[in-house]
Amino acid sequence: MEKKSFVAQWVYTDTVKDHFMNPRNIWDDNEGFEPDGVGEVGSLACGDQMRVAIKVDDGRISDLRWLTYGCASAIASTSMMSEMAKGMSLEEAYHLTPAMITEALGGLPEHKFHCSVLGDKALRAAIDDYLEKKGLDNPYKASTAKIICECKGVTDVQIENLVKEGRCLTFEELSAETGCSTACGKCKGAIIEALEEFKHIYGK
Amino acid sequence: MDNNATTQVAPTVAQVMKDNIDLYGNASSMHSLGRDADAGVEWARGRVASLIGAGADEIIFTSGASESNNTVFSTMRDLVDQGSKKDRIITTTIEHPSIIEEVAFLQGRGYKVEKAPVDKKGRLVLSELEAMLDDSVILVSVMTGNNETGTIQPVAEAAALAHAHGAWMHSDATQAIGKIPVDVNVLGLDYLSMSAHKFYGPKGVGALYVRKGCPITPFVHGGHQEGGLRAGTYNTLGIIGMGEAARLAQEDIQEEHDKLWRLRERLRRGLEASIPDIVVNGDQEHCLPGTLNISFPSAEGESILLYLDMEGIEVSTGSACATGSLEPSYVLLAGGLDVELAHGSIRFSLGRFNSDEDVDTVIAKLPGIIARVRSMSTRRI
Repeated sequence: MEKKSFVAQWVYTDTVKDHFMNPRNIWDDNEGFEPDGVGEVGSLACGDQMRVAIKVDDGRISDLRWLTYGCASAIASTSMMSEMAKGMSLEEAYHLTPAMITEALGGLPEHKFHCSVLGDKALRAAIDDYLEKKGLDNPYKASTAKIICECKGVTDVQIENLVKEGRCLTFEELSAETGCSTACGKCKGAIIEALEEFKHIYGK
Repeated sequence: MDNNATTQVAPTVAQVMKDNIDLYGNASSMHSLGRDADAGVEWARGRVASLIGAGADEIIFTSGASESNNTVFSTMRDLVDQGSKKDRIITTTIEHPSIIEEVAFLQGRGYKVEKAPVDKKGRLVLSELEAMLDDSVILVSVMTGNNETGTIQPVAEAAALAHAHGAWMHSDATQAIGKIPVDVNVLGLDYLSMSAHKFYGPKGVGALYVRKGCPITPFVHGGHQEGGLRAGTYNTLGIIGMGEAARLAQEDIQEEHDKLWRLRERLRRGLEASIPDIVVNGDQEHCLPGTLNISFPSAEGESILLYLDMEGIEVSTGSACATGSLEPSYVLLAGGLDVELAHGSIRFSLGRFNSDEDVDTVIAKLPGIIARVRSMSTRRI
């Protein structure tokens, strides 16, 4: 009888492994990279933090560097994001989502998905920073907003800002501030999910 | 270097198990085939009892230490349900999840279970335990040595305090067995849990020591095995493997202890000399010989773990990312370790099959990995 043996795949896909072993566009201190905008999200306390720096040329991201305190998925997804974002218009880059990055990586284990949500947020923060420094309007912020509480028209961007500023850190505070979930109440689960996600991202 | 997670089956254990693979009789049967299996089970019971200074009739075979731990807590719950005036259980903040989760479950059902704190080195604070104790306490449960930091707990002292208040004393000795001498009479234990696979035995088998005369309620009901205290057809082969592992552990305890401590110290000194800014966690005076837990500031644990994995070196980490939760190791946090340092912690746990060369490989590879992870980090040292 042939001997039965068992060999596991690696935790992650080959693409993830490649980006983890050979991360692209790391921000090396010695390189003298001079960014036009820098964004940082997450916190060391949460176990992941991300900093993204961009150069902008003619409304497009001409170059990008990043640093992270994070796990293999965070490293791989930011590395992938850095390749995808280069050459994109600011608008395109602003609409990059974790799902697009994860897909390009060939997928991540479900429980690792939350580790990949910082790269695009840091990129957006870098674009915000660039536009602010230039004194330009930020036309993208509103356009990326998604309504979560339909009755009261409360968006994820609203929740994000309230969490980011530390004004609302519980469902009750959020509900009192925005009126979300006070009518039909159907959105409560989604509101809490968004709240927790942003609390994690902003280390609150 | 992840021997606290599990160990390789020792060659003599594998041999004894291979020799008995055809011993398929049901150890409960009266015919010869069954009695042969029973003889194997009872031989193993004697070896396990001898290892911890117990009587053979004080050993109950289980599926492992998690079941043993749950059996003890469930027995106490039953006594409380039966109207025992003693109705409080005290354990610690750094127990294995099979106790921590049981505590949360019992608390959720309204039972009185409290956790005594540990000091900065992860060692139970006896004065805090003493302050929590009174005659309403039914059980005190303190692990012998911690799985993450290796910190050896003051179990004998805790047992004396427990007994002064008429409480039973339990210790989860899973990580200590085979590494340091563990004797139920020296420690003053009424209950002890252990798992075979942590000391070169097979997985899926363990034991619970119950001192003669101490209460015990079956956790698995159904048959008359183990004197009616633990139902389920005997795991003959596993039990025999555990018996041989126990024999080996008793025979080699001093040699094993000295070898693991020597390797561990070689690793600690090597890493301290070659990597700047590292923090060694746990109580260095009271430490299981093979366990070394180190935090690497500004480097995240899962990344370190997977870069080491690429070099063929297996370790574990207290980082949240490795478990899929958002919280890092509760054991390290319980000792007051900074959250970032908990995320950046790596546990090396050495075993008898590790060599000086293995240790030197880690000392050669890890500095480059840490430098690399730190160079990518948002935080600079």
